[in-house]
Amino acid sequence: MDSKQHILEAIKKNKPAETLLPDLLSFPATDNLTEKYTQSLSLNGGSAIGINTLEDIHTYLKENFPEDLLVASLVEGIEGNMDAQDISDPHDLETVEVVLVSGEVGVAENAAIWISEKSLPHRVLPFIAQHLIIVLEEDQLVTNMHEAYQKINVAEGGYGVFIAGPSKTADIEQSLVIGAHGARSLTVFLVKN
Amino acid sequence: MKTNIKHAKAAEEFLKDEARTDWHDETLWHVREKRDTAAQKLPEWEQLRDNASEVKDYVLSHLDQLLLDFEKNANSNGVEVLWAKDAKEHNEHVLDILQKHGIKNIVKSKSILTEECGLNHFLEDKGYDVVDTDLGERIIQFVKQAPSHIVLPAIHLKKQEIGNIFHDHIGTRKGADDPKYLTESARLHLREKFVQANAAITGVNFGIAETGGFVVCTNEGNADMGTHLANVHIACMGIEKLIPRAADLGVFLRLLARSATGQSITTYSSHFHRPMKGRKTYLILVDNGRTTQLGREDFRNSLKCIRCGACMNTCPIYRRSGGYSYNSTVPGPIGSILSPGMDINKYSSLPFASTLCGSCTDVCPVKIDIHEQLYKWRQVITKEGPSDSRKKWAMKLTGATLSKPRLYDFFGSMARKALKVVPDSLVYSSLNVWGKHRDLPEVPKQSFKEWYKKNRKDNGQ
Repeated sequence: MDSKQHILEAIKKNKPAETLLPDLLSFPATDNLTEKYTQSLSLNGGSAIGINTLEDIHTYLKENFPEDLLVASLVEGIEGNMDAQDISDPHDLETVEVVLVSGEVGVAENAAIWISEKSLPHRVLPFIAQHLIIVLEEDQLVTNMHEAYQKINVAEGGYGVFIAGPSKTADIEQSLVIGAHGARSLTVFLVKN
Repeated sequence: MKTNIKHAKAAEEFLKDEARTDWHDETLWHVREKRDTAAQKLPEWEQLRDNASEVKDYVLSHLDQLLLDFEKNANSNGVEVLWAKDAKEHNEHVLDILQKHGIKNIVKSKSILTEECGLNHFLEDKGYDVVDTDLGERIIQFVKQAPSHIVLPAIHLKKQEIGNIFHDHIGTRKGADDPKYLTESARLHLREKFVQANAAITGVNFGIAETGGFVVCTNEGNADMGTHLANVHIACMGIEKLIPRAADLGVFLRLLARSATGQSITTYSSHFHRPMKGRKTYLILVDNGRTTQLGREDFRNSLKCIRCGACMNTCPIYRRSGGYSYNSTVPGPIGSILSPGMDINKYSSLPFASTLCGSCTDVCPVKIDIHEQLYKWRQVITKEGPSDSRKKWAMKLTGATLSKPRLYDFFGSMARKALKVVPDSLVYSSLNVWGKHRDLPEVPKQSFKEWYKKNRKDNGQ
């Protein structure tokens, strides 16, 4: 008997009496989502900025990053100074300073934003960049994770990720350090409609 | 069966350094407090726990069918699924994959399962360089230690020690112990490893039966840095890590990080469904004793565990004895009910490493009755062999005394007299196993019975 059969037989023999699958939970939506989102992100070590037009992001980039650093934008309407689509080997992205990517859904309770492969020519982009900027339509904010999973289809792309802040660790004496292996900072632009 | 003093003996070693023990105790308690704050912010917390527990009940009672669904869906996503009945077969699958793809450099993100299977040692013996990329795991890998906590692998080390380890292995400045500087140095060191790697090994936090996908949670981003750069991704998953629906993640992701560290969610919750074009993803489903545990009515609930570590952070024994005192891959309360299922002889002392205070059960996000299972393991273990012959002998004598009132009165008055005059060296001699870890209360002048008799007489009743 191969291992698969072996395991399945053992489960059949040993499993408990069948129980029912409970219904999915949902809880009432709350208001002030932008405020709550901003607070949650700040707790996670990131910062949210409300903007009226994408032009504000260009200004932000100019003010915060020297022009000679590589900026890859995956957001329509925002210009970077390199095209990540042209890169065939993701290892070549190691020198990218800033990546801008569009988020699909943002969760107020924990600041997580869903990014799917649709927006990523290379999956490694939001991680390998030194700094990550996510652009999210403000009306795509939801209250909690239950609502988020109702809005997204996790299997639609080959890959998707909730990102809730900059990369961090507390593995040395529980001291929080921002900037472990992924992006050293996360800035979220919430675009007002 | 051997005696049950193994955990206590190992704990003794840890307790020798009192200042460090206090630090360990306080640090983990602080994590527990952060968990409380996070949980209390959600009015629906108990509803989430109930739901998660019921979902896991469903999973355990439909595990065969859900595994088949999961495999079918993963296969149609282009993920190759392999089955391993034990650690050996798991390790061999990994080796086969590495050989097939001619892989030399491997990066690995945190996986308790691969610790359980001894994968690193197995691969190192075959000449592979396996680089652990979680910061805590990299630290202990340098000094060839195992994790002492499933979420905080290097919590037993102080920053000065980590500074020395990094100085020796990655050339940080001698004496430097600033966590920020050390983390930055590790980031640079590991970026090189990420870029060189041909294969990335990860654990799995949740496998989704209905979609065939799986979820990996990290704060550091190491699982993603590894998997998205390497050509081959090997995900290692215990068969109990399944959930039926993607939407169940709403509940589990809300519970996991809050229970583990008090964060509202980990920084990254990565959902893998299909390999990138031209890449390969393997998923290994591992039994290694899980189906046997499933057959133990009293202990099967332990398989609901989502490895948050909350029971360790809250446990008064774990906090003051350290992860190594358990000598098992998963330490603490949950480890003490999982490990005896794997090897009852080796781990016979673990169910006794508990005060049975029930705090572990109170914080468990999937409502495992941990302290009740600890108590039940004690029954099994004591029935099968002596726990400690001296303790057993003392219990028998106590039992006999308590069942005979005259004998009880006699021994009571004897003890009250004797304990006042007998030197401590005799009272706390090696025969008094109980007194080894505890002080006796102050001896009263008389028993209640004697007091009652006297007072009744005085009152003229």
